[in-house]
Amino acid sequence: MSLPKTHPKTMRAGISVGARDRLIGVASPIMLLVLWEIMVRTAILDARFFPAPSTIFETLVALVKDGSLWSHTWASLQRLLWGFLLGGVPALVLGISMGLNRTLRAMVEPLVAATYPIPKSAIFPLILLIFGLGESSKIVMVAIGVFYPVLINSATGVLEINKIYLDVGRNFGASRGQVFRTIAFPGAVPHIMSGVKLGIGMGLILIAIAEMIGAETGLGYMIWNSWEILSVETMYVGLIVIALLGFLFTMVLNEVERAIIPWKKFR
Amino acid sequence: MEPSLIAPEAPAKIRLRNLTKSFPTSNGVVTALDNVSLDIPTGCFFTIVGPSGCGKTTLLRILAGLESATSGTVEVSAPPPGRPGNSMVFQGDSLFPWMTVFQNAAYGLTLRKRPKAEIAEVVGHYLNRTGMTRFANAYPHQLSGGMRQRVSIARAFANDPDILLMDEPFSALDEQNKVMLQEELLRIWEETRKTVLFITHSVDEAVTLGDRIMIMTAHPGRAKQIVDVPFERPRAVLELRSRPAYGELVYSIWGQLRDEVQRARALDEGAAA
Repeated sequence: MSLPKTHPKTMRAGISVGARDRLIGVASPIMLLVLWEIMVRTAILDARFFPAPSTIFETLVALVKDGSLWSHTWASLQRLLWGFLLGGVPALVLGISMGLNRTLRAMVEPLVAATYPIPKSAIFPLILLIFGLGESSKIVMVAIGVFYPVLINSATGVLEINKIYLDVGRNFGASRGQVFRTIAFPGAVPHIMSGVKLGIGMGLILIAIAEMIGAETGLGYMIWNSWEILSVETMYVGLIVIALLGFLFTMVLNEVERAIIPWKKFR
Repeated sequence: MEPSLIAPEAPAKIRLRNLTKSFPTSNGVVTALDNVSLDIPTGCFFTIVGPSGCGKTTLLRILAGLESATSGTVEVSAPPPGRPGNSMVFQGDSLFPWMTVFQNAAYGLTLRKRPKAEIAEVVGHYLNRTGMTRFANAYPHQLSGGMRQRVSIARAFANDPDILLMDEPFSALDEQNKVMLQEELLRIWEETRKTVLFITHSVDEAVTLGDRIMIMTAHPGRAKQIVDVPFERPRAVLELRSRPAYGELVYSIWGQLRDEVQRARALDEGAAA
């Protein structure tokens, strides 16, 4: 069975609209960087606050060479990973159970509604008090950030599952665990993936904040420290690496989504 | 009139007594099923026909264990050990979108943790019988409505239940597909002769498939009459439909249903006025 091919919209010059969009997507950041460089060199922009892209790049190369950039990035990545597991796994289990169980939902929902709006950064002093200045306070911060979006999206995901699938499970005699594994989890996966993406974004924000206080390593520390020693170029390198991490996570998760949701059509 | 509804001869697989289901709505209490008593003999292909709102789906869902009756009793003779009591073929899309055709059809056996080889053999057999072997690794969204309902039927048969419950499984299909699936269903059923309770709003379908038909009335849902279908098996759907006796039976059942529909409409209009 083959579908008739749609004709891609073409420009007068013969480039498809999609290719043109991609070209613009690459060209516009480059244009911005070039403009930035020129404005710094002509002293329109103050190089103390906005160092030229070429200087930032030099700093980046230097930091890669002496290994410090990697060690800071690795420290942050480890905290993100453990925080993600610590917050995400319980959120997933609790969220799906909430979706399946009315009583549990009635119990937990008001607690979530009451605690969710508290800015996570405002809890950090309390977390420091409880967990101290070590690794655990940072990991807990990430965990809290990941917990809510994953919990809320997992519960929503289960509630949005067509009731007929649960009827099939019951009629075919599925146990509680089997309903969880064969219906609730796979049915909620598309929502869960959105929750995971939001959670990772939140985790990145919180790890940067947490590392600014009472840490000796990590990208957040690197940014904060470069402010203290007035190394603005290093600060920009930190910002760029965080932005890149966020971008990479999204890319990887999109691929994961494609792999584990083969029944969904993607654009 | 009640005794006439209960067939005394064959051993009953399913025995319903004074089954009633009512539930509250904003317009007061609605009685979906009113005092239905019924015996379904072992190995019988039993069809229930009636207008929408006559509670036939409610009756099936009670038997499937998905709803409970307000009053009355349901007795189902225990299945042989190791065999599930009943499996339902649902109306509309009930295949899991996240499972392949094979995984869907294997659902019941997988839940019961049957050996892989047995699952492959049984599911393979029913996918073959429904003509779905080629699509074993496809996902439901890649299939047409008729193909999805074939897999649904394969899933129920592969589970090897004592009783098959079918809730208007072909109602969403076009006429050509419907006839083909009815023939396939009859062919598969001939292999095992399981007890079937098949619900439909189509008189043609009820007569084509059934050994015995219960006509139901709506508002409230009541058993009106039981009709035996005299045609021999195996049946060929189109050939059967060309017989004068088939036409007469369909016509007489229609007559009963028409009275009911008119009575219900008069009641509705009376209530609205």
